[in-house]
Amino acid sequence: MKKFFQIFYIALILLFIYAPIFTLVLYSFVDSPVVSIRQAFEIGFSFDLYVKLFNDASLMKIVWDTLFLALLVAVLATLLGTLGAIGIFYSKGKFGKGVSAASRIPVINAEIVTAVALVLLFAFVFKESRSYFAMVIGHLVITTPFVVLSIIPKLKQMDSNLYEAALDLGASPFGALVKVVIPEILSGILSGFMLAITLSLDDYIISAYTKPAGFDTISTYVYGAMAKSNANSSLPALRALSAIIFVVIILVVVGKNIYSRRRESK
Amino acid sequence: MTEKDFIQEKAMRNNKFRLSFSRKQLCLPYGVFLALFVVLPLLLIVFYSFTDKDGGFSFNNFIRFFSSATTLTTVIISVLIALATTIICILLAYPVAYILARSNLNRGGTLLLLFIMPMWINFVLRAMAMKDLLTIIGVFGFNNYVNVIIGMVYDYLPFMVLPLYTVLSKMDKSYVEASKDLGANAFHTFTKATLPLSMSGIASGVTMVFMPTMTCYVISDTFGNGLITIIGKLIDEQFTTFQNWNLGSAMAMVLLVIMLVSMWVTGAFKSEDTRGNNL
Repeated sequence: MKKFFQIFYIALILLFIYAPIFTLVLYSFVDSPVVSIRQAFEIGFSFDLYVKLFNDASLMKIVWDTLFLALLVAVLATLLGTLGAIGIFYSKGKFGKGVSAASRIPVINAEIVTAVALVLLFAFVFKESRSYFAMVIGHLVITTPFVVLSIIPKLKQMDSNLYEAALDLGASPFGALVKVVIPEILSGILSGFMLAITLSLDDYIISAYTKPAGFDTISTYVYGAMAKSNANSSLPALRALSAIIFVVIILVVVGKNIYSRRRESK
Repeated sequence: MTEKDFIQEKAMRNNKFRLSFSRKQLCLPYGVFLALFVVLPLLLIVFYSFTDKDGGFSFNNFIRFFSSATTLTTVIISVLIALATTIICILLAYPVAYILARSNLNRGGTLLLLFIMPMWINFVLRAMAMKDLLTIIGVFGFNNYVNVIIGMVYDYLPFMVLPLYTVLSKMDKSYVEASKDLGANAFHTFTKATLPLSMSGIASGVTMVFMPTMTCYVISDTFGNGLITIIGKLIDEQFTTFQNWNLGSAMAMVLLVIMLVSMWVTGAFKSEDTRGNNL
């Protein structure tokens, strides 16, 4: 009986989480201006929205721009964050503590405060708060601290003698770092990289404040389309886009989980 | 000391100096980056909040903020919405985390994965999906506050499940067994042992839900039909619509203070928890 209630409750919450996602995927096959049960029956199911999506050049450009930005940000954040994490971990002085404290600010700060602070800075220094550069910097501010956070635990787990041993055996500090430290913390670096990609893709507020005129990420575009009205002509195609994103993410996450469990059981 | 020993020691000292120096040096780029793009912008917020349009020192922004009934109502509404969202998230997420951590339903972590997967999906898209579903069912537009809270809970629930699950699955089960052995019933075991021991998880969940819900105006705009203003929106309006950066900075300062206070409160929970662990 207890077990029944547990399963029932878990199923109920999962329904709350996944019902909207399944509905959206379902209605991505219904080419109607608004989402309604009646229209689904009247219009019927088709791939029309997917055809529209892939023929919409401006929408496709937004998708690629968003992906490229996320990739660029993730690469830079991983470089900056890996060096930062190693530096913070090995410097016991005030400088390291200061960097570590400053690194925690964007994690706990409200995103809107981070965004307007950057607007003030770029307006103050460059007289113009919007540019691709400002947007990349903004994304780095909110992603790099998470890269650092995912690497530090790996540095703590690492045997501290390894680096010294490499030096004793004649490696240069740089060589020891690349050949000994980096491989040891590689899993942390990789998860930091993935986290940076997802955080960048998920961001709305920083992009909205720093993006150059005429540039849109998926978030800013969808928000703009939602804020206008439901009659917006390109909104139905967004259902197809969202459905693709949902399915890809579910496949990637489930696939990664199955892969890592298989490796564990081996 | 022979000459050979001396040279060896000198080499070692050199080496040691170089290695500690070079590793510390690695955080220089990140340190400079943080100073330029995190610390300096916050100082600019402080500067703007205490100046007027001409750059002269003034308290006017804060006086205006705290003497306006509209802004104060907004702050109260934001806090209430954030409180409601946080409490509902705890009430929904705690049983989930408890069941996942204690029963054998979550073998291999697959179920947990289902609960935290939405964290990887763009939140604007998820909000759009939820809004569509509410529209289909026909409950959307029933009450704007209810809409916004549903949207917020939908958005932030995974961020409450994860820290609660982490703390509950790591918890030493012998406390619960000891409590049962000493004659406590299930209710008392929960309120006197499990719940106090999971306070740190609740605290980190609260920091991940409470602050964002006060400021995430994307959800309040789309779910509130544009009729509900939260403090994040207020700041947004000062920077975009009204172009009053000084007042906007003062509001951001107020938010920073609320953030520090809430961190202090949740931090207090954490120290209580460590005291519990030391018993």
